Amino acid sequence: MRLAPALAAAMIGIAGGLGVVTFDYAEGLSYMSEDPRACVNCHIMRSQYDGWVKASHHGFATCNDCHLPHSFVDKYIAKARNGWGHSRAFTMQDFHEPIRLTPANVQILQDNCITCHDSVLHDLSLVGDAPLCTSCHSTVGHGQTAGLGGPMPPDPSMEIP
Amino acid sequence: MSAPTWSYVAVALIAGLAAGGVAALMLNVSERKAEERTPFVRVVEVDEDTVDPAIWGQNWPRQYDTYKLTALATRTRFGGHGGSEALPDQKIERDPWLKRMFLGYAFSIDYRDRRGHAYMLTDQEETERLTKPQAGSCLHCHASIMPLYRKLGDGDADKGFEKTASMSYAETNAMLHELDAAHPVSCVDCHDPDTMGLRVTRPGFIRGIQALAESEGAVPAMPSIERWREGSRAVPYDPNTDASRTEMRSFVCGQCHVEYYCGNKMTLTFPWSQGLKVEEVEADWNSRAFSDGKRFFDYTHTESGAEILKAQHPEFELWSQGVHARSGVSCADCHMPYVRDGASKVSDHWVRSPLLNVNRACQTCHRVDEAELLARVDVIQDRNHELLQSAGKALMDQLDAIVQAKAEGATDEQLAASRELQRQAQWRLDFIAAENSMGFHAPQEAARILGEAADLARQGQVAAMRWNRAP
Repeated sequence: MRLAPALAAAMIGIAGGLGVVTFDYAEGLSYMSEDPRACVNCHIMRSQYDGWVKASHHGFATCNDCHLPHSFVDKYIAKARNGWGHSRAFTMQDFHEPIRLTPANVQILQDNCITCHDSVLHDLSLVGDAPLCTSCHSTVGHGQTAGLGGPMPPDPSMEIP
Repeated sequence: MSAPTWSYVAVALIAGLAAGGVAALMLNVSERKAEERTPFVRVVEVDEDTVDPAIWGQNWPRQYDTYKLTALATRTRFGGHGGSEALPDQKIERDPWLKRMFLGYAFSIDYRDRRGHAYMLTDQEETERLTKPQAGSCLHCHASIMPLYRKLGDGDADKGFEKTASMSYAETNAMLHELDAAHPVSCVDCHDPDTMGLRVTRPGFIRGIQALAESEGAVPAMPSIERWREGSRAVPYDPNTDASRTEMRSFVCGQCHVEYYCGNKMTLTFPWSQGLKVEEVEADWNSRAFSDGKRFFDYTHTESGAEILKAQHPEFELWSQGVHARSGVSCADCHMPYVRDGASKVSDHWVRSPLLNVNRACQTCHRVDEAELLARVDVIQDRNHELLQSAGKALMDQLDAIVQAKAEGATDEQLAASRELQRQAQWRLDFIAAENSMGFHAPQEAARILGEAADLARQGQVAAMRWNRAP
């Protein structure tokens, strides 16, 4: 019987085709880029983006510089993990607001502060219960708090691994 | 069918389901994109005379849906009411000193806990305070009254506004119903029907804020007034063109949540010609006289004979003295915080206590857990409540002293000093008692005012007890 393979092939074609169109329509490729505007594709982070545009790190660091690991493999693992989490949350509309960093993302942020500012930090010992950089420097990334946006210091109740 | 055929069919099924899932996802993405692109669709026209919020609600259903929720009963520790009873509890029964403080004034007859915006007109129509004659001015803030002002003033709302001061409440209210404009606060009161931009409409507020701009009073929360003061002052300060969006998010509330005079001895007045602090407002009232030449007062206290100033609900004034105002936080930031519906962001028009909405109202800025935030507010309000009670007790002791002095034969002249102190003490006590935040809008300022109230009442008590000794 030749109908079954043909049907299977057609269905795979339809699913694949829809997948490609949806990926393109949802601007999927932009998420592979370094462009901060990709982060406001889904509208939730508009205030964070607007805050960053006016904040002191605007000229020095983009979203990815602070919020993703710098090595290729780790970066794409983090992109995949956050990409899944964000798409699921935005589709299901069931997330905590105001949005907050997860513990794993807090660690990435902290590591990135240290990576860039290492030369002024070598005398400091940031181990154990040391406060995070953003505990004090909460406005460098997104400016003063206003509306839904503003600085995103980590939730103090979250444990840092 | 053979095994290979079955597996082809299985693959086809799975691929078909996957295709369906992807299509559903694409529709969802499309919906979110549409929500961002088109926040509303104008299906009906609205203009300055459209006071019925249901009509606006056809264009702006998200805002209207939350606006309707103001009909729900809400309660916090110190505000609102539970909702099981037809009308809220009497405040004057819970705190009997309030009733005694208002003797000689209609608030000693009926003074209840507040309900939501949806009830502002019916509650006013039903209050037993109406057993005493009330002025048409009261509707400035209890109905969507601008069309009636325009009608009474032949197109000039300002003239119509002045007319209502000499009209009775019943007459004005009947005209409002005749005009089919008897709605509680409506969209058109704060929004421009063409642009939906925020604007203020109430003549009382516009006159008041202009007087404030021309005064020396400190206004750290209103930078546009500070700028206007430094300018040429060729044209009067106009909130609708000079104020920032952040300021407008407080000004629209300040159209009503303020201290004012709305009797029929003069036009409705916001007393801001010296500033917004309690002493500055008091100085404004003291500088005014009625047309019969007597100095300004709201009523004569039945027991003591003192000419009393009744504070209304100076939320806007007390907020302006607090740290939130100084930090650029507007009324709407806490009482109407942004909510997200799909991909669109709207202001929550269910205006209510931030304590019922800590997550959006407070935690946007204060990244502390909800129980801790509520506990902090409770400490502030509890302390304010204790101070309020002790200041209330001081005033009652003063009244006892005056009553006794009168019984012992004290003359008006001999009681003058104590009566003056009662006026000052009661003004301060009422300023915080009538204000709807139990001190939260400016905790230190509220404590300072209550401390002064207790001190002045005790001074007045001493003055009454020493009525027959030379000063």
